[in-house]
Amino acid sequence: MKLTFSIYRYNPDVDNKPKMQDYSLEVAEGSDIMVLDALILLKEQDPTLAFRRSCREGVCGSDGLNMNGKNGLACITPLSDLTKKGGKIVIRPLPGLPVVRDLVVDMSQFYKQYERIKPYLITDGAQPPAGEFKQSPEERAKLDGLYECILCACCSTACPSFWWNPDKFVGPSGLLQAYRFLADSRDTATEERLADLDDAFSVFRCHGIMNCVSVCPKGLNPTKAIGHIKSMLLQRSV
Amino acid sequence: MVMQAATLGRNGVQDFILLRCSAIILALYAIFIVGFLALTPELTYQSWAGFFGHIGTKVFSFVALIAFLAHAWIGLWQVLTDYVKPAGMRGMLQFLLNVVILAYVGFGIFALWGV
Repeated sequence: MKLTFSIYRYNPDVDNKPKMQDYSLEVAEGSDIMVLDALILLKEQDPTLAFRRSCREGVCGSDGLNMNGKNGLACITPLSDLTKKGGKIVIRPLPGLPVVRDLVVDMSQFYKQYERIKPYLITDGAQPPAGEFKQSPEERAKLDGLYECILCACCSTACPSFWWNPDKFVGPSGLLQAYRFLADSRDTATEERLADLDDAFSVFRCHGIMNCVSVCPKGLNPTKAIGHIKSMLLQRSV
Repeated sequence: MVMQAATLGRNGVQDFILLRCSAIILALYAIFIVGFLALTPELTYQSWAGFFGHIGTKVFSFVALIAFLAHAWIGLWQVLTDYVKPAGMRGMLQFLLNVVILAYVGFGIFALWGV
């Protein structure tokens, strides 16, 4: 089976502007490989093609890409998902972030927002216990669906609010992590965390369109977490 | 934290509450007007004038106009801060649009006053 790929190419040292380049790849009939495997085969054809990858099993979050218009991880997206409608398989970098080269984007803005929400336990200056820092099973259960985020940026780069205001709106990924620490029974900085988010942009630029939910490769629900943050902000203000 | 002086509320929570409350008022007002249109067998000048001459309709329409003012002010500020990046142009556009909103509210109030 012969597949055609249309891949975004841009090398700022050589190209004046980005272009789409076509590639074809022979895939054995009846087999189904992942998009990342196909990209690795295409890189054998054309070694100048640049993309990020590491664990190749959906754990590290390095190979977030836009495939046929939808963000996802190349390593856990089967080619059969993209060939259902026929036609070319279109692969672009994650939208909204500056392109370093080809499919590699500069994630600085995304990480800055992650850093801003202080993604670590704050315990009022008290030393955490030397051994386990215990929680009840109920308290621990509140972190399910929050701690699994791998920071692949698929959600934040699918969010128009993050496209327009990446410097002011924290974005779905950062807010999911913010709620992960707001919901943690061991964290004592709830008030300070909420005060840092209490403006017109950081949280409230989320209008709940749920693009983040539809693309999250880990099946998480940032919109729900953002709803919880909004309700915590409301409760301390009303 | 990001400070914004040009929106209506003093912070994100206040904008959020104002938007939701004004949306509820506008939805109820829309149902009220559609209800009147549906339940009036024949629409004449007299039925319109009688409906809008009623003190309840006047007060509700006034409240809806104020809700519209808040809703449009905040909503347009949100749209402009998304799509218009140069601060000078955004400030000017917001000024012009807010004047238009105020003019609509003024027009509505004087129209109610006249019935």
